Formats: sequence, structure tokens, C-alpha cells
Amino acid sequence: MKELDPFVLLAVLQEMLGPLLWLLLAAALLGTAALAALLVCERRVVARRLMWSEAAGVAGGCLALALMVRVASSGFIDVGGPVDWLLIALVFGAGLAGTAVLAYAASGWWAALRRAGS
Amino acid sequence: MEGDHQDGIRGEAPSPARDGRRRALLMLAAAAAAGTALRPPAARAADRLRTRARIVVAGAGAAGLAAASRLAAALDGASIALLDARREHYYQPGFTLIGAGVKPRQYVVSATADYLPAGVQWIPERVAGFDPDGNRVVTEAGRAVAYDFLVVATGMELAYDRIEGMDPGLIGKHGVGSIYHGPEAAEATWQAMSAFADRGGKGVFLRPATEMKCAGAPLKYAFITEDYLSRRGRRSRSELVYNAHNQALFSVPIVSEKVRMLFEQRGIRANYGRVLRAIDPGRRIAVFDTAEGREEQDYDFIHVIPPMRAPQAVRDSALPWRTGAWAGEGWLEVDPSTLRHARYRNVFGVGDVAGVPKGKTAASVKWQVPVAVDHLLADLAGTASPARYDGYTSCPLITRMGRAMLVEFDYRNNLVPSFPGVIAPLEELWTSWVMETMALKPTYISMLRGRA
Repeated sequence: MKELDPFVLLAVLQEMLGPLLWLLLAAALLGTAALAALLVCERRVVARRLMWSEAAGVAGGCLALALMVRVASSGFIDVGGPVDWLLIALVFGAGLAGTAVLAYAASGWWAALRRAGS
Repeated sequence: MEGDHQDGIRGEAPSPARDGRRRALLMLAAAAAAGTALRPPAARAADRLRTRARIVVAGAGAAGLAAASRLAAALDGASIALLDARREHYYQPGFTLIGAGVKPRQYVVSATADYLPAGVQWIPERVAGFDPDGNRVVTEAGRAVAYDFLVVATGMELAYDRIEGMDPGLIGKHGVGSIYHGPEAAEATWQAMSAFADRGGKGVFLRPATEMKCAGAPLKYAFITEDYLSRRGRRSRSELVYNAHNQALFSVPIVSEKVRMLFEQRGIRANYGRVLRAIDPGRRIAVFDTAEGREEQDYDFIHVIPPMRAPQAVRDSALPWRTGAWAGEGWLEVDPSTLRHARYRNVFGVGDVAGVPKGKTAASVKWQVPVAVDHLLADLAGTASPARYDGYTSCPLITRMGRAMLVEFDYRNNLVPSFPGVIAPLEELWTSWVMETMALKPTYISMLRGRA
């Protein structure tokens, strides 16, 4: 460890995730761009869609934690100190936010395309 | 030597006059070299130092591959030879995880060729002799390879033969385990330990009196075994004993004290001043040397860690320390802060073979190699390198399944946490376990490629 160099961090993440890293980064970028475009087009937040997206986000957060536990080979989460709660919150938060953004953007664009088609 | 064929990597013998001309030319590239030395190998060709120097890297383990990668990235036109007979590469920090039943044997096995940087010539032969006065090494096949600079990264030798009655073939049988001997031995150790955890009984743990790689591993394995016994409901009918070779459980006093507290909490009895002399696998008796004489300890499971020493070729050469504690074990006499040999300025020693006060670990390699390479590059450029290695090393000390302490320290026994105020070094954390199981191997692989 010793110091955290962003270049080294990227190299380590690349070794850890392989092509999945670029897939995740692409999904994050595309999802954010799709959400931004949707908000610009609709000029409002659809409350019902937001609620369902957040519900999907909770499931995404749980899935992210389950994946983490599996990859970390611990079989469980054995919280030992505050930083463990921070890590759990970060992983859950990333899963929640990512899934919610993707779900909102996807369902919004799906509805928009259906409207355009009918 | 008759029958030898001089196979200097690039023909010409080194000469002071040529060195002088080369140095004058290289002066022009000095500024660029200083900047690129610690930079990852994505450096553009224009940034690389032009040279026709012949560099030999002896050993293709973690330190050898990392050094070769960094040299190949920083130099243009150099002749770099990597000498090692072993075609398989082992991620050795993973041996403990195999021994803990967390990872399969394949987790640590890859091929040396996977990490071979472009522009490096791999000679798949073991170095049988070092001739630092003649600036050449000789392989076991009789090939003499001349060099201008030598990086010694041969690793070390496990001396199981120095324990009477012990043979690596015993690992996995008669309650004998030893994760150090390789992936198969680590797996066999897991099977032996798991069988012990199913039954309970007396577990004996120890470390050798010599310098050793990953000095946290003996402690980790005692903690892991205790945890398995507890999870399988056999702890109350078991006894665990840890035998320290001196009066401490770990070389860093503050960590030693923490481990003593954890041992007390987990009911692991600590003996001090015990060095394993012999085992009798048939009777399951271990014999220890103590200040008062020999002591026998019976066991149902024993984790044997052998004495360690530099490889024979290094021990037989002029490179080891001549006096002091490290002379007998043959570790290379290098400056602890630059890794440059004390008597041969064109020789560097990195990794396990380096005779420095602390840290025969992959983390040490990660911080030693850039410093040694920087000094070598500065020599080529005719400049001086300010790079210094402070002895930093780290040990994710597993204290139970799912938790570890991320212990980082330097030559002076200072704790040097990477994330002060966030990851407490003496706290048992899931986060540190996650780092050990998830982040360590990718970091290690990045290091081999010269990218971390």
C-alpha cells in the first residue's frame, strides 16, 4: 500500500476485474449520460418511476454486497471496526446508486420509445 | 572453466574507456532518465534511456520479474537477460490462503512467460555460480553470461534437511503441515489441518531461528487453526501451543504485544526460546532446543517452518555478508537503503536474498525494486539517485477467518499505516481481510508487470 497513486489503482483494478472493469466504467458512463439526457428531455422527475428505481437500487446494493462477500472468500461479513461499516456502506451505496440510475434511465427511455412508437 | 562458452548478452567485454564514452552519451539522457525511473512502463520510446549496457537479472520470482519489467520499460537498446530454470511462477503470499482452505491450489500458479516483458531474454537455466570479480554468472548448464550490471533476485532456500526426521514428503501425513514448500504442500497442509480441526487435540506451531519470508505466516496459521477448531466445536478439547524462537512473537514490539494479547484471548499458549531441532512423525513428537536443553512436545498437528538461507550459489560466492548474523545464512551484503552491494557497486540485491534488517515479503519487493532500479539507471545516466528504501513492508495478519490486521512497518519498527485514521493497524478488520483476499494478488501481478 504505502501510498495511493491513481495510476497504480487503475492498474490494480484492471488486474482484479479484467475486461469487466471497462464494462462497468462504460455502463456507469452510459447510464449517467442516459439519465442526464432523459432529465433534459422530460424536464421533470417522475415520482413513481423514481420509487421503483430506488427499490431496484436496494436490491442492487444487496447484490453488490453478496458479490463482494463471494469474491472476498469470507463467506460472511465479520464487522470488526468502523471502517468495515464504511466499506459496507460504500459497496452497498455503489450498488444502490448504479442500479437506481440504470433502472430509472432504462425505464424512462423505454416509456419514451413506446410513446414515440404509438 | 573448460567447456564454458562465453555468452555475454551483447558480445563486448566491459571496459573503462567504453564505459566513459557511454557515460558521456548517456549524460544527455540523464534528466529524462531521472523522471522515468519510477514511472510505469507506458513510457514513450523517446523517454527511455538509450544504452547498450548488459544487465543480468538472476532469478525470475517476484523481485526478478519486477526488476526486469522496470528495466525493460526504462531502457532502450539494453541487453537484459533473466535467468531462472523454473517455468512456473508462484504467487507465494497466497500459500496461506490455500492452507486456510480459502483458495484452491491453482490460485497461486501461473507461468513465468506470462510476465516476461518485451525486450528481455529469458534463459531458463539456474545460476550455479556468481563471479562478481569477473562480472559474469555461470549457469548450471555451463553457460557463462557476462554483465555490466547484475541484479541478484534468486530468492531463498528452504532447509528442511536441517530438522532431523523432517522431509517435505511428510507434509500432509502424520499430522505434519508446512505451507511454505509450494502449492501442493499448502493444499496438503490444509487437508491435514482440517482433519485435525474435525477431531481436536494438540496443535504445535513455530518459526525458525533464521531470517524467514513472511514472518507473519506462522502466527496466521496458528490463528486460523484456532478459528477452525472453534467453528467445528472442537476448541474445548484442544490445546494450541506457539513456539517463538526468541523472546518475542513478532519482530515489531508493538505488534508482538498485540499478538500476545490475542493469543491470551484465544487460549493459544506462547512458549519462548524454542527452536525446532527434530521431529519423530511416527510417534508425533517434536524436539525443541531451549536454553535449558532439549524439550519434547507431543502433537496431533504440527506446522513445520524450516530454517531458511540463501541459495547455494549465492552462499558459495563473494556476495554474502562476511561477518555478523547474516554471514552464516548467506544473505547478500547490500546497503539497506539503496540495495546496492557493499563491495561490488554494479551488483544489486532485491527480494528475499537481500541481507537487510526486515521484510522478506512481496510488499518489500514492491518498494525495494524501484529504488534499486533507480540507482542502476542513475549509474547508466552518470547521475546520482536520491531514491531510498526505508524498510517498508506490510503483513495482512489474519487473526481469524474473515478478519485481519493490516500491519505495516519499517526498518525502525515504526508503524507506517497507509490509511492512518481509517484502517487502524492493530485492529482486526474485515476490510483488511478483503484487501488480503481481493486486492493483494492484483497488486502483486501489477508489480510483476512493473505497473505498481
